[in-house]
Amino acid sequence: MAEVTLTINGGQITVPQGSTILNAAQKMGVFIPTLCYDPELTIDGSCRMCVVEVKGARTLMISCATAATEGMVVETESPAVIEARKTILELLLANHPLDCLTCGRNGDCRLQDYAYRYGVKEGGFAGAMHQYPIEDDNPFIVRDMNKCILCGKCVRACAQIQGKNVVDYTYRGFDTKIAPAMDTTLAGSDCVFCGNCVAVCPVGALQEKVLRSKARTWEINKVRTTCPYCGTGCNFDLNVKDGKVVGVTSCDGDVNGRALCVKGRFGYGFIHHPDRLSKPLIKKDGQFVEASWEEALALVAEKLGGIRDNNGPDALAVLSSARCTNEENYLLSKLTRAVFGTNNIDHCARL
Amino acid sequence: MTNPIQDVAGADFIFAIGTNTTESHPIIGLQVKKAVRGGSTLVVADPRKTEVAELAKVHLQIKSGSDIALLNGMANVIIAEDLYNKEFVAERTEDFEAFKAAVEKYTPEYVEGITGIAAASLREVARGYARVKNATILYTMGITQHICGTHNVFAVANLSMLCGHIGKPNSGVNPLRGQNNVQGACDMGALPAVLTGYQGVGLDDVRARFASAWGLESLPAKPGITVGEMLEGASHGTIKGMYIMGENPVLSDPDANHVVHALDKLDFLVVQDIFLTETAQLADVVLPAASFAEKDGTFSNTERRVQRVRKAVEPVGEARPDWQILCQVATAMGYPMNYASPADIMKEIASLTPSYGGISYERLEQGGIQWPCPNPEHPGTPVLHVGKFSRGMGKFNPVEYVAPAEMPDEQYPLVLSTGRRHFHYHTGTMTMRTGALEVYYGTEYLEINSADAAKLVICDGDKVKVSSRRGSVELSARITDVVPEGLVFTSFHFPEVAINRLTNPARDSIAKIPEFKVCAVKVEKTA
Ligand code: SF4
Ligand code: SF4
Ligand code: SF4
Ligand code: FES
Repeated sequence: MAEVTLTINGGQITVPQGSTILNAAQKMGVFIPTLCYDPELTIDGSCRMCVVEVKGARTLMISCATAATEGMVVETESPAVIEARKTILELLLANHPLDCLTCGRNGDCRLQDYAYRYGVKEGGFAGAMHQYPIEDDNPFIVRDMNKCILCGKCVRACAQIQGKNVVDYTYRGFDTKIAPAMDTTLAGSDCVFCGNCVAVCPVGALQEKVLRSKARTWEINKVRTTCPYCGTGCNFDLNVKDGKVVGVTSCDGDVNGRALCVKGRFGYGFIHHPDRLSKPLIKKDGQFVEASWEEALALVAEKLGGIRDNNGPDALAVLSSARCTNEENYLLSKLTRAVFGTNNIDHCARL
Repeated sequence: MTNPIQDVAGADFIFAIGTNTTESHPIIGLQVKKAVRGGSTLVVADPRKTEVAELAKVHLQIKSGSDIALLNGMANVIIAEDLYNKEFVAERTEDFEAFKAAVEKYTPEYVEGITGIAAASLREVARGYARVKNATILYTMGITQHICGTHNVFAVANLSMLCGHIGKPNSGVNPLRGQNNVQGACDMGALPAVLTGYQGVGLDDVRARFASAWGLESLPAKPGITVGEMLEGASHGTIKGMYIMGENPVLSDPDANHVVHALDKLDFLVVQDIFLTETAQLADVVLPAASFAEKDGTFSNTERRVQRVRKAVEPVGEARPDWQILCQVATAMGYPMNYASPADIMKEIASLTPSYGGISYERLEQGGIQWPCPNPEHPGTPVLHVGKFSRGMGKFNPVEYVAPAEMPDEQYPLVLSTGRRHFHYHTGTMTMRTGALEVYYGTEYLEINSADAAKLVICDGDKVKVSSRRGSVELSARITDVVPEGLVFTSFHFPEVAINRLTNPARDSIAKIPEFKVCAVKVEKTA
């Protein structure tokens, strides 16, 4: 494949032809801030946060949409670039509620990150602010369009990852807003609540309802695991705070990338449900009574051992689980065959 | 699956039969949508106008239970029009002549009488499938008689072999597994006739190897019985004790009333689960297990990818991980079982299972591995049957269409079919307790066509009673053209709509799959 060599901030880098300046910079480990760019989505080129100075060009260029060419000389943090980024941030902040103190995305927000990086404290252009009602009429996602920076990633994620086209730009000019058709709520639309739009939103405009109200971003410990629902085997991160699972966020899964469905992303609540069994139970006179593990295990061993010895091993039967791990299925097969002495083991896979 | 999930997006032709992929496997559904956006042809065969059927170029709205006729009909056209892959058939398969003879009578016109699909549409779809470079077939339990990988996938496999659409990327025969670790449970030998990796219990050398690894003189050679036979045995008193781990047959098995009756007759029932399920309520002892978030382990997904499950939090209360409970039961019965961790158990599995031979927790840290993976250097096998089938030559297994065991009649004039919903999972044990999913999708309804509703004077939202010869349930009606005239549909997720009180336990004689997709019912308005 043809390659091009360019200079970024004084260093040289060779990349395949067709790469963008942003791709080249990332390959070199040079950070360029972006808002509307996402590697999995089509390029929008609308936020201009990623501008860079290209020697010989009359204006600043957006690095996410400009192809790297042979001999190109690029500066990513020149005074002109910094000035431009500050102006963009001031414009965005001028129409953004500055309630970071209580925002669920505090600490995990690109607008915050870049405002900090470029020392922009507030919007420089006092003017009209949006006063949209916050949408939380569904149990999964909260939409606060006052915080939306119109990067359009949710629109593209819904169309290109989820294939749904639920949300799009509506109205014009200052009134431009992201909304489902007829400006209804998600609950009133065809939305399937996969949350794949939430996963790409760079700010607090789209938030997971429970997760963001239960834990601040830095209090969370993430544990990568595999979904317990269907056989697709999506990977995700369990978000843990104080020994409890408070939410699920996307990771880069082998099978699913960042995409999840509603069950994987929002179906974790059963883990700490009050109905969970927490003690062994033994039925006495038709009623369950709590028992110790010693007592329950001894009873199981005695009764199953008794049936095996008196009625023969084939009077026992075992159902294993398509929900349990491989290791557990293996051990139950071993228990059935080696200890009970029968091959009477099956599971409900046929169902 | 013979091919990885990502391959679906690259197929030129996707034939989805009996799978509402976008609802039951949403992320695989995304690959289907991606393929369609990229210009691939999607053909869906399903009695219902499902979400995925709406996306299809052609929707073959077949009569319930007529899939085999449809598949044989496609093969008939492809052979009659000489569109089959002769090179593939000659070099890689056997018994083609027997297959050819068997499908001869399945002319499009004959098939039309069984499936209700116009002969011209069948021809068009058959030609489309045969002519493209890469074609993949997706299906779920609804259509197949096959279980667990080793058995051949008769009608579907025949079609794919006929066109050589197997053993290469972006093609293949791809059953989509309903539950997260069905693949793994099968792989691990949670089946009556095989040990891990489908090694038969009837083989002396296999038993000898496992016996010596497990420190025993011998292991039982007689194949065990299947779940349906277990329940039969329980009701007849030949099965006296059962151990059920993490399953809820009272709701998930057909003819629920019979299941309860059978389990009630046992002398002793142990249930190990995370909730007091409908099945656990019948137990003599209930052992509290840890959820997936509270233990380490691995799941094997539908594309045979072994992936890590990691402990994130401590088990609630005194609950324990299933693997520990099983060790303790074995130990209490005089067979000490000790493992430091699930990683240790995987070492033992790998040492006894050729297809898992190269899988270890160290390697899984770098990402999932698709078996067969025979040794630590092996990269895993994303596409099966490349160059050669696992059994050598691909065997055509002719299959005949048989009518569903229970057809509608005067007394029970409608066909009931059951399936899954996007927001829920299996018997609802988990998804009804999330604080979110059940809040949004909290009641189940019966889908009924407007023509049937009009005949029965049922309005949208009316309470109706659905009855079969085995039982009845009450729920609200939803009038919709998702179902054709003569068919009603609901899911089996909701305990209060225990639809499996109605379904027919008549099982396929080979794979013992109960006939969930077809049973005869009547619907009456209650209020
Ligand atoms: S939750 Fe999913 S379907 Fe709904 S708007 Fe977001 S991406 Fe689209
Ligand atoms: S809601 Fe988020 S992702 Fe969507 S346009 Fe606004 S800021 Fe971007
Ligand atoms: S996230 Fe959804 S599609 Fe993925 S494994 Fe879980 S249930 Fe299946
Ligand atoms: S990131 Fe380049 S224009 Fe938005």
